[in-house]
Amino acid sequence: MKLYAKFFSLHLRSMMQYKSSFFLMTLGQFILAFSAFLSVWFLFDRFHQVDGFTFEQVLLCFSVTLMAFSWCEGFFRGFDTFSSTIQNAEFDRILLRPRNEIFLVLSGKIELSKIGRLLQAFLVFLYALPVSGVEWNVQRVLVLLFMLIGGVCVFCGLFLIYAAICFFTVEGLEFMNIFTDGGKEFGSYPMSIYGDGILRFFTFMVPIACFQYWPLLYLLGKSDSLWCMLSPLVCIVFLLPCWGFWRFGVRHYQSTGS
Amino acid sequence: MRKYVSFFRIRFINALQYRAAALAGMATQFFWGGMLLLMFAAFYRSAPENFPMGFQELSSYIWLQQAFLAMLNAWSFENDIFEAVSTGNIAYELCRPMGLYSQWFLKASANRMARAALRCVPVLVFASILPAPYGIILPPDAGTALLFVFSLFLALGVIVAFTMVIYIITFYTISPTGVRMAAVSAADLLSGSLLPLPFFPDGFRQAVELLPFASMQNVPLRVYSGDLSGQAAAWAIGLQLFWFAALLVLGMWMMRRALHRVVVQGG
Repeated sequence: MKLYAKFFSLHLRSMMQYKSSFFLMTLGQFILAFSAFLSVWFLFDRFHQVDGFTFEQVLLCFSVTLMAFSWCEGFFRGFDTFSSTIQNAEFDRILLRPRNEIFLVLSGKIELSKIGRLLQAFLVFLYALPVSGVEWNVQRVLVLLFMLIGGVCVFCGLFLIYAAICFFTVEGLEFMNIFTDGGKEFGSYPMSIYGDGILRFFTFMVPIACFQYWPLLYLLGKSDSLWCMLSPLVCIVFLLPCWGFWRFGVRHYQSTGS
Repeated sequence: MRKYVSFFRIRFINALQYRAAALAGMATQFFWGGMLLLMFAAFYRSAPENFPMGFQELSSYIWLQQAFLAMLNAWSFENDIFEAVSTGNIAYELCRPMGLYSQWFLKASANRMARAALRCVPVLVFASILPAPYGIILPPDAGTALLFVFSLFLALGVIVAFTMVIYIITFYTISPTGVRMAAVSAADLLSGSLLPLPFFPDGFRQAVELLPFASMQNVPLRVYSGDLSGQAAAWAIGLQLFWFAALLVLGMWMMRRALHRVVVQGG
């Protein structure tokens, strides 16, 4: 942990060497996220509600997903750009170091400009909290916290798989975007609006719905079941197979570059 | 003229090499288009009377968008060009016996067309076998189809001319990420790639339709299904022509000015 803090401050200082570039990028991230927010707003301006969820309730879902995603994108950047790490044989150097390789990839790249998007999501979150019509109590606050943790876990897991695939293909595969970018994009809405099949897929295969739709039902008082309350914990379990796949990939790693 | 054609051909063949990438891209696009349609279907169920265009027209819009994504998106830039500027390789390109503007313009449009040529057919075939309101149907008549093709190429012209302006701005800044990101996010929203323009609130929409961004995706994709027809289509295509010319002239002018004082970095 101390080492990570050291890496973090290194990244921070190197970013701050190009202050104007950093702020422009952060601003760019903010605007980028803002256009996503606008399109949600425009849709609700016209339709008022979808599948029984109001604008404010969807915003809660939107902001949780976006926060989890941008957190991962910022701090898991090393996995997102892992194909280049493999292509220039950077990974050989990582394997030689006396630390866990996940930790090293993790701390090798930190993209702080994603703060722009995170900030945006956080502002939407703050707005949605009081107006979403949730009657807050201890359990519900706890569930909300679970949702955030679960979201981070799912996206981390997905980035991990994305990186592990690079061990076999060298190139990053575009179809994984379905789950990472797609998860962010389509996870803005509760997964139930896409129909039962999709909901089931995103519950049991890729547990995105487990940190948004199901616990959201609990928050809004639409369901009291313990399953809905604890579903975000499934997301933490999801990390296990992802990690397993990564280990499998590491064992099959063949160096590329010179 | 011949050197332009052969330059174009080289680029085209080059991009066609990445077939596996195209396959993976197609899978992504099927899924993406499908999810978008399911989302719109949910909104449609909640208030069908507020839907600003027919659902069938929307489906055609979405599938065409997915099919021609590689051609019409605002976010794919030629990394070569950025690199050429920041590494100084641009000096070699300047030595070639053709204008830098046309070189880059051809490079960008050839790459876009090659990528789209690979991907559009399977996506369109897949979309055409989907059940009724979710699939894509043929345009209402042959005239519309012709108009669509014309508008599609104009849209390509507008978008490449727009990206050219962005490239040239990088002459001045060296670190292009900030400019690029602002341009991309504006274009993404205002061209109708996140949300078709008819879904925008009234008032705002009319203003957006005048911007060059609307000429990038909005016009051809709506002309196809007949959502934009008659006088409105003629007006929209006229606007496309105007923006194409305007961005072309602007880009060439900026390029001339920039080249007067170009400082090549690196050795």
